[in-house]
Amino acid sequence: MLIVLKMNSVGEDCTDLKREYDQCFNRWFAEKFLKEDRSGDPCTEMFKKYQHCVQKAIKEKNIPIDGVEFMGPNKEKPDS
Amino acid sequence: MVKYFACVGLLKSSWDQVCIAFWERYPNPYSNHVLTEDIIFRDVTPSNRLVSRRLLTKTNRAPRWMEKYLPVTMARHAYIIEDSIVDPQNRTMTTLTWNISHARMMSVEERCEYRINPDNTSWTEINREAWISSNLYGLSRAIQEFGLARFKTSVAKTMKGFEYVLAKMQGDTPSRTLTEHAAERARETALVAKEKAKGLASQAHKKHQYV
Repeated sequence: MLIVLKMNSVGEDCTDLKREYDQCFNRWFAEKFLKEDRSGDPCTEMFKKYQHCVQKAIKEKNIPIDGVEFMGPNKEKPDS
Repeated sequence: MVKYFACVGLLKSSWDQVCIAFWERYPNPYSNHVLTEDIIFRDVTPSNRLVSRRLLTKTNRAPRWMEKYLPVTMARHAYIIEDSIVDPQNRTMTTLTWNISHARMMSVEERCEYRINPDNTSWTEINREAWISSNLYGLSRAIQEFGLARFKTSVAKTMKGFEYVLAKMQGDTPSRTLTEHAAERARETALVAKEKAKGLASQAHKKHQYV
């Protein structure tokens, strides 16, 4: 029996949705995105289902993800 | 006060392979402390760049000397955010990773640039910078030293994890590489830094006893 180790989602009920989405994304990323093929993302529905689940889990666990803009803390910093 | 660290890493795989591995690198034998992984935001920009935000849960192990000073109720798990931009036209990837929990105690921020190695275009160069700071009164220097030591160990694990996943992707059996030797050296340096951190902590403790 082949045992494939995969990561869990922070939302215990979201792990299956996460793995399904990841599989779709990894294929699209390697076969389309990196080859600059812009013919569209086949994973959007899967992503929506997964996000609905995981964002709910994040709220329930009070994980402080709000209020940080993308690449947020990327300010000039001193060398020391 | 902020501790700054920079290093350059090399992976003997193409930039494409490394980017693919970036999304598939968990779990690996060197990532037992990473408990969960989730993409919580993703989009393709009009300029065809992939922007993503990944949320990680990690175990939050502190050395025994530090546990004495930490509140008993402190969470055992740490939350980390990793933002990334993949640019397939320019063949670069930029990542920014930082902790969103325990940040007042210690904040670690890491920025990486993944690009094609200029000397060998079938290899990938990683330019890594980190900023480590602590605001905990009396202990900040010790915590920063600990943070830096742990970060260096973590970089070695990250590179090993990447090499493991890349070798698996290419159908090879992962074996000892040059990075193993670098990892040994990093471990030794980290041990020295850890001892220094312990020393600083006991100094701070002694100061408090006489106040």
